[in-house]
Amino acid sequence: MQALRYARATSIDEAVRMLREGGETARVLAGGTDVIVQARERRRVIDLFVDIKHIPDVMGMTYDAQRGLTVGAAVPLYQVYGNADVARVYPALRAATHVIGGKAIQGRASLGGNLGNSSPAADSIPAMMALDGVAAIAGPNGRREVHVDAFCTGPGRNVLQPGEFIVSLHFPQPVAHSGNAWERFIPRNEMDIAVVNAACALTLEGDVVTAARVALGAVAPTTIMVPGAAEALVGRRLTDDTIAAAGAAAKEAATPIEDMRGTVKQRKHLSDVLVQRVVRAAAEHARSR
Amino acid sequence: MVATPEKPAYKVIGTRPVRPDGVDKVTGRAAYGADVVLEGMLFGSILRAPHAHARIKRIDTSKALALPGVKAVVTNADFPAQESGTLDLGEGSANPKWLVDNVLAGDKTLYHGHAVAAVAATDWHIAEEALGLIEVEYEPLPFVIDVREAMLGTAPILHHDLRTNVRARGVDTPKDRETNIAMHMRIEKGDIAAGFAEADIVIEREFTTSQFHQGYIEPQNGTAYWNQDGQITVWTSTQGSFSVRDQMAALLAQPVAKIKVVPMEIGGGFGGKIPVYLEPVAAILSKKTGRPVKMWMPREAVFQATGPTSATWNRVKIGAKKDGTLVAADLELCYAAGAYPGSAVGAGVLCALAPYNLANQRIDGYDVVTNTPKTAAYRAPGAPASEYAVEAVVDEIARALDIDPMEMRLKNAPEEGTTGSTGAPWPRIGAKAVITAIKESPHYNSELQGEDVGRGVALGFWFNGGMESSSSAMVNPDGSISLILGSTDIGGTRASLAMQLAESLGVSYEDIKPQVVDTDSVGYTAVTGGSRTTFAGGWVAYELGQEIRKRLVERAARIWGVEPSAVTYGDNGVITGMDKDGKAQQFTFDEICKRLPSTGGHIAVSVTSRKNTTGPAYAGHIADVKVDRETGKVTVLRYTAVQDVGTAIHPAYVEGQIQGGAAQGIGMALQEEYWYDDQGRLRNGSFLDYRMPVANDLPPIEVILVEVPNPGHPYGVRGVGEAPIVPPMAAIRNALRDAIGVNFYHTPVTPTRILDELLPRE
Repeated sequence: MQALRYARATSIDEAVRMLREGGETARVLAGGTDVIVQARERRRVIDLFVDIKHIPDVMGMTYDAQRGLTVGAAVPLYQVYGNADVARVYPALRAATHVIGGKAIQGRASLGGNLGNSSPAADSIPAMMALDGVAAIAGPNGRREVHVDAFCTGPGRNVLQPGEFIVSLHFPQPVAHSGNAWERFIPRNEMDIAVVNAACALTLEGDVVTAARVALGAVAPTTIMVPGAAEALVGRRLTDDTIAAAGAAAKEAATPIEDMRGTVKQRKHLSDVLVQRVVRAAAEHARSR
Repeated sequence: MVATPEKPAYKVIGTRPVRPDGVDKVTGRAAYGADVVLEGMLFGSILRAPHAHARIKRIDTSKALALPGVKAVVTNADFPAQESGTLDLGEGSANPKWLVDNVLAGDKTLYHGHAVAAVAATDWHIAEEALGLIEVEYEPLPFVIDVREAMLGTAPILHHDLRTNVRARGVDTPKDRETNIAMHMRIEKGDIAAGFAEADIVIEREFTTSQFHQGYIEPQNGTAYWNQDGQITVWTSTQGSFSVRDQMAALLAQPVAKIKVVPMEIGGGFGGKIPVYLEPVAAILSKKTGRPVKMWMPREAVFQATGPTSATWNRVKIGAKKDGTLVAADLELCYAAGAYPGSAVGAGVLCALAPYNLANQRIDGYDVVTNTPKTAAYRAPGAPASEYAVEAVVDEIARALDIDPMEMRLKNAPEEGTTGSTGAPWPRIGAKAVITAIKESPHYNSELQGEDVGRGVALGFWFNGGMESSSSAMVNPDGSISLILGSTDIGGTRASLAMQLAESLGVSYEDIKPQVVDTDSVGYTAVTGGSRTTFAGGWVAYELGQEIRKRLVERAARIWGVEPSAVTYGDNGVITGMDKDGKAQQFTFDEICKRLPSTGGHIAVSVTSRKNTTGPAYAGHIADVKVDRETGKVTVLRYTAVQDVGTAIHPAYVEGQIQGGAAQGIGMALQEEYWYDDQGRLRNGSFLDYRMPVANDLPPIEVILVEVPNPGHPYGVRGVGEAPIVPPMAAIRNALRDAIGVNFYHTPVTPTRILDELLPRE
């Protein structure tokens, strides 16, 4: 690891200024669980870390039954999954954050970091996509909002422009009779990277699905929405056939690569299996509320 | 525990005292290699090859040397030239020419991650920075990873000077042709043609196993100081301080006496911490700079460049009669040695059929070089792969004949006097006792419940090592004893050796303080490996005890004015006899020790001893698994490991060894493997993607200790550490067959491979 500079920002404006002055090799530091490793392994040239953990907006978490959930970009994951409202209303988010790394990582890693790192296999991103999360972004040209499902543009790439960083993530309050769920497949039982992960949020009216969002990870250059799976569900009764059709749509939508973590055949098959499982789990959550 | 009647009643042996090194380890005070800090110390780092196979055309170190803080850069050329030869490592051996080329590459790099050059700098970050400034011009060469491909006449050749005369099994390599086959061995017994002619059923299968890594938590490290007077001191994490000393002496062309190796505490080895990697490099960097140099390996380098096992290809053909009697076996075992010759195929050959009394057999073994890291010993090196293949075929035969798999194994079990593959008769062994204990175990007699569940069993065998050990003991006037050990303590041997000395003297374990010392402070001691330390070190402890008893008896005799022959040392540590006036006298151990200074001084004894009366170990495992047919995920529901341990000196540590071996074997069975890309680069050199099981991947591993004492040891000790890694691959594989009806022929059986079998073909 090369010698580098560290700067601590205490306001959003100060962070933006520091990042602008730092130029291309300046990088936001939240928990550092990705960027410090990347710097150490020389996968990224970084001359300046701008620590954003001392900015109140970035470290706060609020929930309100009208407005929903807002999580500061650097709030450590253990606070996210340990929050009772998250567990009750957004179990997909709880499940996804609970399995990223081990306890030590969860004390530092954050939703903003996971999204900003933009790995195609990121565990929290499909959950945030299914929940229709919105990232609040600050930068030299002011503030803007980007839906999580439009954030990532490629492996490790996203819509952030130089000097921009994620301030917080907002998740709308689900309407009545809604539920959500997240699941992944890993060969181990913990401390692993998803071969495939999947999330679903849906709304039921009786047995009929009135709204659905389905997302997949580790099956394409970015985490993806699966509109075909949502279409297979919406307007239909939630029968085994409907759920199987959603799974089939997910399998169709998956365009994975073969690597040491899995084969194309396996990942397409798991897309089907996991989407069926999260649809069932989301429906169960919906019925329990 | 299941003990045979001949086991005596012991006072200390069989108890579970706390380990002497325990407090330091749990409080973080124990000193490991990473804790070494010396005045003026530099930090060394290694540049590694990006190619699977390449010629080094040019190395330019000038820019790296110019970086402020860099004190030296070295390459292979900085080592003395080496002739081919044989260097005994205790568990395995090495050719010093190949060893030095592995430590820093000669004219070619032979695997991805092969060390090319090393830097010493004033801090680690500068050393790392300097690596990027070393210019190496490579000429990439064709490479070969697969062991069978490497055996073909068309394969890229790793060593142009390697010649082997092989004429067997379709392989035809005359002695005058370049080859990657470094060694061919064959053992034969009986008449296999006649044997197969007797068979009612013959099953022949081919198996492959991936490369596995030992996965010790503590990475390789080494600090060396080459003093201006020519004395060299090395602080390192090793299984054998004397083995490091001897390798250093050979690679540096220095007298043995000039080298002192200080073994630090060791965070796991499993066979992988026997060869040297960093220590000689640190030494030549120290020689160049005049300062101590500390090195350690990043985890990726540990995976890339230190001891994995062989990937193997094995063909097994076994014939049996209808009643389950095995009549003939024909095996062909091909083991990838990695970049330099010296796989463990020899042990693979000798262990493959050891669980069976089989009259007619032929086993061919091939040692083959490939563009992968040089393999090192790993827990029962060579045995798991060959025995897995045999245990899988035996399982298929038992199924085909509809015979209980353990009944069939009992029918064919070896025992004292029957002969193994080499024709040598077995000493007293516990094969039948282990099989019987499995058959009588609660696990084996329980019912499986649920869907897609299955049960598998397998046996495992390991010879266990003997070799040379040394210890000293100093008896103090207060009755306490300092015990000086040459064996580095990986698995609780300070305790197990102190317990045997305590037993031999009839004193308490707590009165003995064992410590592991450097190579200048104790006699020659072979590596802690081959499951030998509690056996061979125990022999030495016993002999120390006998010598101390003799000397204490002499003191008592002198005090009482009688001949030593008139004095008796009791097993309770009490010395009795008649004095010269015919009056009954006695000394307790503490009482006679108090008299030492006034009766001729303190007692200090040393023993160096080599014993080859090892007791082989038999293990048998039972695995219950459940398969998720949708994802291919396997859950191990229940696991029982049964083993003949001779005598369990410290049963808790014996159980721990067996549980650890089973855990590693389960990882090999289901999850772990090296993954190379199409350029021959290792892509999963991290614990993230090299998937060793973590605690919640495993069920509690139940252990049943069977004690059939080894007649070749005063306390009946057999080595216990290695045999338990042998059965899991086959036990799990056979359980999967039971669960989902699929016979797998490659291990690990990952979810990917299970889904491949369960999903429709595309």
